[in-house]
Amino acid sequence: MFNGMFRTPENRKMYWKQFMLQCNDIGIGSLGIITIISVFIGAVSTLQTAYQLVSPIIPKTTIAQIVRDSVILEFAPTLSCIVLAGVVGSKIASELGNMRVSEQIDALEIMGINTKAYLILPKILAGLIMIPLLIIISMVLGIWGGRLAGNLSGIIDASIFDKGVLMDFLPYNVVFALTKSFVFAFLITAIPAFYGYYVKGGALEIGKASTRAVVVACVLLLLADYVLSFLML
Amino acid sequence: MIEIKNIKKSFGDKTVLKGIDSVFYDGKCNLIIGTSGSGKTVLIKCMVGLFQPDAGEVLYAGNNFFDISNEQKKNIRKEIGMLFQGSALFDSLNVEQNVMFPLEMFTNDKYSIKKKRVNEVLARVNIVDANKKYPAEISGGMKKRVALARAIVLNPKYLFCDEPNSGLDPQTSLVIDKLIKEITTEFNITTVINTHDMNSVMEIGDNILYLYMGGKEWEGTNKDIILSKNEKLNDFIFASEFLKDAKTMRTIQETGEIPEGVKEELRDSIEENLNIDLDEDGFIGKK
Repeated sequence: MFNGMFRTPENRKMYWKQFMLQCNDIGIGSLGIITIISVFIGAVSTLQTAYQLVSPIIPKTTIAQIVRDSVILEFAPTLSCIVLAGVVGSKIASELGNMRVSEQIDALEIMGINTKAYLILPKILAGLIMIPLLIIISMVLGIWGGRLAGNLSGIIDASIFDKGVLMDFLPYNVVFALTKSFVFAFLITAIPAFYGYYVKGGALEIGKASTRAVVVACVLLLLADYVLSFLML
Repeated sequence: MIEIKNIKKSFGDKTVLKGIDSVFYDGKCNLIIGTSGSGKTVLIKCMVGLFQPDAGEVLYAGNNFFDISNEQKKNIRKEIGMLFQGSALFDSLNVEQNVMFPLEMFTNDKYSIKKKRVNEVLARVNIVDANKKYPAEISGGMKKRVALARAIVLNPKYLFCDEPNSGLDPQTSLVIDKLIKEITTEFNITTVINTHDMNSVMEIGDNILYLYMGGKEWEGTNKDIILSKNEKLNDFIFASEFLKDAKTMRTIQETGEIPEGVKEELRDSIEENLNIDLDEDGFIGKK
């Protein structure tokens, strides 16, 4: 799929337009769902951690620390990216699949346009830029959701939560999470692009390719999560 | 002018094209006809470079498309316009944006100039007041015309049409055929049309190539086709009931005799339609 993708663009302006369109679709288009899942993941983490930490000798700041590290290390990058694999991945696969089946890709090729460079590369680049940004937003919102839930339920006061969040903070965890998000971003965009671009048949095959793309992306994402955790932590 | 020499193409064990030679002339509607599965679409896709033939040459003004550099290929492709069977309009772009797309990609003209050109070609294909409509909001005939406008917006030297009339009613088909013919003559384009529509063949077939089971079976003009003695071609062109009558007329004209079975067929038809009984000599009996 990558063969011939990195040739000089026919018209830089059009490629830039396509890239910005994809940034908007992947980034802004997924912001809503990322906000919702991040806030709730953080909130549920706080409640469940508090439920399990019943010993009076464990300070309440520990709840915030656990929520912070869980959200940064795992929930924000992995869970968000699994959701994005469904949202963004199925969109990419079905969009390219539909273009292939309805001969729109052929039409572009006959015009002399490098379709891999024009259709796939902007999606992968947009994913590599927007998905890590979404993960950063997810981290912040996840921790904020935990703080909010702790405060509203009376489990942990907001000031104690803030203190806990800052306590023993390891910036390396953020580096690790962002490294993961780059790898995941590539998987989320490249795998569905492959399945969509090379689809053969009709509407039924587009659906099948889309489902297969999401499943393969999710499995590889979890595998990559394990490998990166093993290598980096 | 486009010349093809000994084009062969197989998919696995299945041979689709068995060495096709032909010449497609400037300013003429060159038709490739044949039954479904005869290799028409594969041939046209080999000609535009969407398929790489196993053997043979496709010569655009003497240059073999498969022997030239990518840059030269790109330059030839800029001179090619193609009308696809399903129109292949970009779903996310409206009519105006679809037609403007090649201009935006390959020219550095100002927006006003591009818009003027778009309106010109849309007017040329009789599309008015539909610039802001999306492909999903227009009819099949309009889609074909918009696709034709997009194909000609860069003033191509070569125009390829893959079944331009499929899915269209006879009246709209005629409009599309006439439009293609006019554009071909007006801009001296080498037009290659892949079709199995006999109306198109008779209407615009300046040069016709008949494919049968992946091989070249017959070549000629729309004036020659009706008089051809090629049996496979005759089976193809006289397949419709209407054209069967034309074949009968031709036989009567040539031999002075009514072909065997025609009398019986005619009698059966009269008896069934008028609910009467005819005797052996064709007189009315009782039913």
